[in-house]
Amino acid sequence: MTKALTIVIVDEDRDRATAIADALRDACDCDVFAISNSSNLARKIAAHSPDIVLIDLDNPTRDMMEELTLASGPLERPVAMFVSGAAGGLAQAAIEAGVSAYVVDGLTPGRIKPVMDTAIARFTMIRQMRSELAETRLALEERKVIDRAKGLLMKAKGLDEGAAYALLRKTAMDQGRRVADVAEALVTASGLLG
Amino acid sequence: MKTVRIPVAYMPLVDAAPLVIAQEMGFAEAEGISLDLIAAPSWSSVRDMLAFGRVDAAHILSPLPVAMAMGLGGVATALSAVSVLSVNGNVIGVGRPLEDRLRTIGYGFDFADPVRAAEALTQVRRGPIVFGVPFPFSMHVELLRYWSRASALGPDGIVIRTVPPPLMATALAAGEVDAFCVGEPWGSVAVEQGAGALLLPGTSIWNFAPEKVLAVRTHWAETEPDLLGRLMRAVWKAGRWLANPETHATASDLLSRKAFLDVPSELIDRALSGHLTVTGRGEQRHVERFIEFHAGAASFPWRSQAKWIAEQLLKSHGKCAPCDLDEIAKVFRSDLHRRHLGSIGYDMPGASEKVEGAIRHAMPVASAGGGLTLLPNEFFDGHIFDPAHR
Repeated sequence: MTKALTIVIVDEDRDRATAIADALRDACDCDVFAISNSSNLARKIAAHSPDIVLIDLDNPTRDMMEELTLASGPLERPVAMFVSGAAGGLAQAAIEAGVSAYVVDGLTPGRIKPVMDTAIARFTMIRQMRSELAETRLALEERKVIDRAKGLLMKAKGLDEGAAYALLRKTAMDQGRRVADVAEALVTASGLLG
Repeated sequence: MKTVRIPVAYMPLVDAAPLVIAQEMGFAEAEGISLDLIAAPSWSSVRDMLAFGRVDAAHILSPLPVAMAMGLGGVATALSAVSVLSVNGNVIGVGRPLEDRLRTIGYGFDFADPVRAAEALTQVRRGPIVFGVPFPFSMHVELLRYWSRASALGPDGIVIRTVPPPLMATALAAGEVDAFCVGEPWGSVAVEQGAGALLLPGTSIWNFAPEKVLAVRTHWAETEPDLLGRLMRAVWKAGRWLANPETHATASDLLSRKAFLDVPSELIDRALSGHLTVTGRGEQRHVERFIEFHAGAASFPWRSQAKWIAEQLLKSHGKCAPCDLDEIAKVFRSDLHRRHLGSIGYDMPGASEKVEGAIRHAMPVASAGGGLTLLPNEFFDGHIFDPAHR
């Protein structure tokens, strides 16, 4: 039997790190550690002597990880970013999911794959949930702005609500813009004019 | 003509200006392209987006494609540096404790003399000085190493550690680093935040250091020569526009927008004009050609620049695969530069290599149009790098 893999997850978001760690523990024979604080990152990672390091692609502290790929870096074993060769397709999928992985030299693709598959699936799922949440928030915000713009038009031009919305929509269509953008311009302009 | 969108990754820095200006001032549109500018959170991310095809072009550190061609770092996709986006533009600074100690020995923060600065640092240091830099493969690292090797600091007198510039102030406060070398606006931001003082401009170590390049995948350059030409022309024209001092106010305003750098335009103007505030006491210094986008064929990717970088990387990493410096230097695509920019009135140098560090005063040189003047190109220690006699 092979030795359990040691995986370190670097993520400022503790919830996500926990979710991914749990999923990984179910999927493979591995010890998983999460690091959320970025100070002295490279040495904190090195302390665990990991086989694989996973980090959110959008994490600005990622450049600190590059030190791990250097011969003079803090890890005893060289680390490569997870790319090239048989793993090429997986690397692409990882980038699209927003996760990057650093893998210690000499690890066989067969051992990396289940870890990456799980990580990619989790990252994709969490990313989707977040973008849906962001879209919902945006829609709510836009709704508020449109309501305010309608109110301004109703007051300034003596229109009823339906006519105010129709005017906004017509202006948007004429100018090839979104109703929300026209509404926002109106609200901003009216704010400026006091 | 149908406008073609080209996704381009960049780091939000003053030297990303040619890309932002190309898009915002209509140079891209005039070429029938539209730059979809994607601000990246880290250099690794810029590199990966380019290497794995998420974007087709990127603003990257000049040593990065050279390092990749040498098999250093994690990613091996073949990249082509088709133009130099900017020459110079970095600053070296110290955190508060070092600043205070330098003041007690009467150091004047002249922001000019690297020999004197190294001696002063050597006098006050209590061990190797830890410098934070944005990325392991960067001109920041190479300038620091060069400076330490050829000055009182000594090669073992400094330790270089990667710290993303937005976290530099925190790292200084926590004592994880003592000093830093960063690109603008981060030096000025550090001064504004009271995190430290600026010691030297990058130009004081090498006054014609290629800082960022416009890079594409070599494969993309081969399959999309027409788009590449349009992109290169738009960016080159943006650099020429930026060379006019009268554009600096507009450029600073544009760059300061939330979508780009999101810092006050006054901070950006410091770098563009070369008028920097170097300490929290408001002491100001002026630097000639603090950053250069155009003059002296600044955009030309000299093979000799790539060779200089490769040789420095070899010195510090002690390995490479492959190791043929002539081959490695070909990632700086002077050939593509000639092919795509020769037709638009850009007076191209006759050679693709030059002796680096050998121009004391601006000097006319052989060029296609006969009117090219190269700018001063000197290392602070007077060293001359001849790519033909290494």
